Amino acid sequence: MAEMREPIESGCPDPWQYMHPVMRKNFGMWKYHEHPRPGVLLHVAYSGDKIWTVKAGTQRILDVFTLRKLCDIGDEFADGYVHFTIRSNIEYLVSDEAKVQPLIDALEGAGFVVGGTQNSVAMISHTQGWLHCDIPGTDASGVVKSMMDELIDEFRNATMPNRVHITTSCCQINCGGQGDIAINIQHTKPPKINHDLVANVCERPSVVARCPVAAIRPAMVNGKPSLEVDERKCICCGACYPPCPPMQINDAEHSKLAIWVGGNHSNARGKPTFQKLVAAGIPNNPPRWPEATAIVKRILKAYKEGAKDWERINEWIERIGWPRFFEEVELPFTKYHIDTWRGARASFNSSSYIRF
Amino acid sequence: MAIDKHATPMLDQLETGPWPSFISGIKRLRDQHPDARINAVTNDLLGQLEHSYETRKGYWKGGTVSVFGYGGGIIPRFSEVGKVFPSSKEFHTVRVQPPAGNHYTTAMLRQLADTWEKYGSGLITFHGQTGNIMFIGVDTPNTQNFFDEINDYGWDLGGAGPCVRTAMSCVGSARCEMSCTNELKAHRLLVNNFTDDVHRPALPYKFKFKVSGCPNDCQNAIERSDFAVLGTWRDDMKVDQAEVKHYIADKGRQYYIDNVITRCPTKALSLNDDDTLDVNNRDCVRCMHCLNVMPKALHPGDDKGVTILIGGKRTLKIGDLMGTVVVPFKKLETEEDYESLVELAETIIDFWAENGLEHERCGEMIERIGLANFLEGIGIEPDPNMLSHPRQSSYIRMDGWDEAAEEWFARQAEAGR
Repeated sequence: MAEMREPIESGCPDPWQYMHPVMRKNFGMWKYHEHPRPGVLLHVAYSGDKIWTVKAGTQRILDVFTLRKLCDIGDEFADGYVHFTIRSNIEYLVSDEAKVQPLIDALEGAGFVVGGTQNSVAMISHTQGWLHCDIPGTDASGVVKSMMDELIDEFRNATMPNRVHITTSCCQINCGGQGDIAINIQHTKPPKINHDLVANVCERPSVVARCPVAAIRPAMVNGKPSLEVDERKCICCGACYPPCPPMQINDAEHSKLAIWVGGNHSNARGKPTFQKLVAAGIPNNPPRWPEATAIVKRILKAYKEGAKDWERINEWIERIGWPRFFEEVELPFTKYHIDTWRGARASFNSSSYIRF
Repeated sequence: MAIDKHATPMLDQLETGPWPSFISGIKRLRDQHPDARINAVTNDLLGQLEHSYETRKGYWKGGTVSVFGYGGGIIPRFSEVGKVFPSSKEFHTVRVQPPAGNHYTTAMLRQLADTWEKYGSGLITFHGQTGNIMFIGVDTPNTQNFFDEINDYGWDLGGAGPCVRTAMSCVGSARCEMSCTNELKAHRLLVNNFTDDVHRPALPYKFKFKVSGCPNDCQNAIERSDFAVLGTWRDDMKVDQAEVKHYIADKGRQYYIDNVITRCPTKALSLNDDDTLDVNNRDCVRCMHCLNVMPKALHPGDDKGVTILIGGKRTLKIGDLMGTVVVPFKKLETEEDYESLVELAETIIDFWAENGLEHERCGEMIERIGLANFLEGIGIEPDPNMLSHPRQSSYIRMDGWDEAAEEWFARQAEAGR
């Protein structure tokens, strides 16, 4: 046992000391930016100073060899300063234009992918999956690796109508978040309960309180205190599983993938929007998940061909209408697309606006 | 000593294709790292992951692991198949708070890598979805050893569990012309004021701060944080008419009519015959679109501040919620301004800690008690900017109407409106 050591509660470190000198000097005094090529941004300050950003996609889960390789490239070709984006891309900052191309060459030569700026398909933000999560219905890094293999040209070239944020989540809690396209687990069967373990493992009142539809109640099963699920009410969300692992929601066959579109957190042109369901029942098919990727590619193709400049996926669908969206991406429309949750009424069409 | 490598036929398929492979990275640790401990840990990790791929099931369970003095910040993972994969049977993640805005030097990254390979698996993610650096894979005793070493040179744990979580802020003022506030300062003042609440989970549920420097909201603050701070401005946007003309000369009038003028959500823009731009700033809602398309010509105004939205979250338990405007505009310049920002956060967290149910996010509490009651609880007067539109339902008792109306006029007079 180690000696008791008092932690130093330093909290969030000050980034000032780690920021490129040109960024420190011009902090809050930037004038405009340009996009010289995909994967590269140029920011110009009121002082006339310039800084180039070179953005690269990685495998996100970095082994120390890869991290040191990224550092070596930063030391040799950039000024030793990096910044990470919210979607886990690494950005190198250089104040000398002559360094940009050698830096790009070094990154590409080492197997990293320069791109992800402006109207590209950005790196997929994702969760931990089978590698580290305690409740995952699928993997995360593997799904993302498989999809990015197929979407790499859209990451490299900024040729989409606007940026595309894709997310994946390995359970319905959806840590991956809202996205223009979100690929999430959707369980289709109620939890399987190991009644012998519930009393010893779960704090039963909190599990009952977790259920969004009040489908769980305490019960005696086989003479032991346990929990039972009213399966007519259960919406298979899996909320009971994290606080009560004997209520197993994950199922190799019945935990499927669903695809949602139109989540957009920017305020540009319209208020932020949540993603909407478009496809479900997609097999959870490791190691490559080809069925999910195929649907994502169909959506991207229709969006790329049909949307106007600057339209995000939600705006494109808003303009062309949902009937045409389902037609263009060749997806079935079912009763499951009709919302049943609180506020559902707001999503019904109470007008004579019909699309033909 | 050579290890008996697990066969990974399914994972091997994730080494094909052009995108960088995390499997190849884990294999490098297994095959090339000089430390036999890391070789064994990553070998068993790959074995367990292959087993997950074969059976389509996860095999990690949570537990309780902490460091001295703290109650959170570690995500404990114990393997359910640890007998078969013993070297990775304890595989905890250490959540570490990044510098605000995620700026690093390569020297710092190397220092972290050096310490991590002494104690952990050699796998790191920059960053998790909450915003932490995630050091993935360490056993229970080494959790403390790793923390002690990095804590000595300036790093601290983030939040895990029902506590104030690690905050996030965009690159902002450091490298963006759209920035309307000092994101780094707001981020650090907010989260570091609650260090105790980060390290010792005692709240109803998680509470997240996110700061975006402008309404583009690159940090996803409105959708994914309980306390969202968005930079904005309240005077006129700045228009450089010469640059407007340059843009139009470059791409043509039609492009800017189709992509700027007609895209304004409140029809606040008009293009004149001489290719200058008219902006009706009273109608402008600061959506950012025209600035995004013409960054050389259009800029935020000078009277900058922030809008604060409360209660954003994902699905559990009542469905997705966006944050709600609670402070339409607040100056953030003087030390007093920042102090009152932190005080507002304290007031909100205190009220929620007092009134929230167990496992109820702040936004869910607002949904349950009503926005008007929440505003009264935190001492903020109602403002039409908080709503998309006033109520539609007549089911409300209104016998305090006259008083409320008088208060409104009194407040307006006080504000000189």
